[in-house]
Amino acid sequence: MADKRYSELAADGLWHNNAGLVQLLGLCPLLGVSSSTVNALGLGIATILVLVCSNVSVSLIRSAVTDAIRLPAFVMIIAAVTTCIELLMQAYTYELFLILGIFIPLIVTNCIILGRADAFAAKNPVLPSAVDGFMMGAGFALVLLVLGMLRELVGQGTLFANMHLLLGPIAANWTWVVFPDYKEVLFVILPPGAFLFMGLLIALKNVIDNQIKARQAQRLEAPAAAGSKRVRVTGTIS
Amino acid sequence: MAMAPISPPHAMGSNRTRTIMLQVLGATLPGVALLTWFFGWGTLINILLASCFALVIEALILHLRKRPVMFFLNDGSALVTAWLLALALPPYSPWWLVLVATGFAMVFGKHLYGGLGQNPFNPAMLGYAVVLVSFPVEMTSWPVWRGIEELQPALTPTLGLLEGLQRVFIPGSLPADGWATATALDVVRNNSALTMAELRATEPALGGMAGRAWEWVSLAWLAGGLFLLYKRIYSWHAPVGMLGALALMSLLFWNGDGSASNGSPLFHLLGGATMLGAFFIVTDPVSSATSPRGRLVFGAGVGVLVYVIRVWGNYPDAVAFAVLLMNLCAPTIDYYTAPRTYGHARATRGMGKGQSERH
Repeated sequence: MADKRYSELAADGLWHNNAGLVQLLGLCPLLGVSSSTVNALGLGIATILVLVCSNVSVSLIRSAVTDAIRLPAFVMIIAAVTTCIELLMQAYTYELFLILGIFIPLIVTNCIILGRADAFAAKNPVLPSAVDGFMMGAGFALVLLVLGMLRELVGQGTLFANMHLLLGPIAANWTWVVFPDYKEVLFVILPPGAFLFMGLLIALKNVIDNQIKARQAQRLEAPAAAGSKRVRVTGTIS
Repeated sequence: MAMAPISPPHAMGSNRTRTIMLQVLGATLPGVALLTWFFGWGTLINILLASCFALVIEALILHLRKRPVMFFLNDGSALVTAWLLALALPPYSPWWLVLVATGFAMVFGKHLYGGLGQNPFNPAMLGYAVVLVSFPVEMTSWPVWRGIEELQPALTPTLGLLEGLQRVFIPGSLPADGWATATALDVVRNNSALTMAELRATEPALGGMAGRAWEWVSLAWLAGGLFLLYKRIYSWHAPVGMLGALALMSLLFWNGDGSASNGSPLFHLLGGATMLGAFFIVTDPVSSATSPRGRLVFGAGVGVLVYVIRVWGNYPDAVAFAVLLMNLCAPTIDYYTAPRTYGHARATRGMGKGQSERH
């Protein structure tokens, strides 16, 4: 585990072991606030920040904390970091803070964060832990963002509406009305739409993975056919 | 030529999918005729649109799934789904509403689960529920019926074909007032001041038995359903279970004809989509329970839920939600209602079935 290269950490976090699509962790905020791009981006960034900070802190104290008390210690750290983020959001993006509401403090209970703290940061040095935290958080934030954009597009027919809540006055007129005169599709804006689009995204990832696997198998098969023909009835060659 | 020996009895049953589907479509005709008489061309436009959309979408998905296209298109199941969905939607629904409902029913209700026979939910009701949740305004504007102008001159029914087409394809081009009104279920639900007798005198939506015009359409569904029962397309269990449970519930909770009335049993039996649901929706062999006793329980569950949602819920009618909720329960019902096989010991019932059989 400790000798994993950073590129592997990145591939794991963003794709192979994606928190949202593969581990299916943190579904509550993922489904709860992905109704628009700005909400999704806000929560995604907050989650990345919490994940990096908590991974770094846990990694720093990993040799001082015994197994018996590690979980309470991790939760304390995560809760402290989350509270900091919450206060920051309250200070700088107050309206978004109001919209995201309970989901910001709920980052504490997000399984990804405790999961990465226990499974990775508690066993690895600081720098890999920080990279792992960032990549896992980025993978989660990306899924959140794609889901938010899809649901905003299909649900309201717009993209990047209200981005000024997060980015300030520069983003005041970023709202892109993709379909003018669009009827709001309440079903997509409400929670069932999140489940539906989440399912579609997971299916899409599996389709892509299967195609990659099939292509690799094809590449591997070609030289194998030219090899020696040895008849063997039982067992496998090791 | 070698002839494959076929053992007797050589029954020429009506058990082919296509025949069954066509008979179901035939049984809806009296209801369709009455709907067309009362509401104009809207129902027929709905049916035509939904059928076209459903067939095209079905063909497309069968092609994507690499299944024989014509074989499955010919079995008529897509047509029945579209047809029932079209009857459930308000006449003169905008074309995109029909498209969304049919598309959702075919893609998410049917094919994502593996096609005909594999769907846990009734596809038509799934499509209906999605548009009901998504577009409450369109879904609750039921057009007024023939004959209302004599009661309320401000309202005019849409009867002409051109006017109807305009409503469907260019929604918003015609005045939005005066052509749609609240249904009888809505009127009774929202009423808190008038007794039922006063309500009948002032509200044109209320007829002698249930909703004006609606009661006759309901009786037509009943007639179609009795025809299907006579043809043994399905057994009596599910419809009787649903109607019985609904009658029982509405009798138990019937608080008279005062201003807080929940509506009489007759009102609930002939109002809304009760009859359409009882004879064309809960009888779906795929998404309901399997055994006769199971179907009785399934139907009864739908009946109870319909009443609960109508009277204490937030939606105007409840058949779609009740059916979907009971679809979810159907596998469990099957576990507890396994019949005894002839010549064998009593079937073990309940969730731990597999374990007790091994002993």
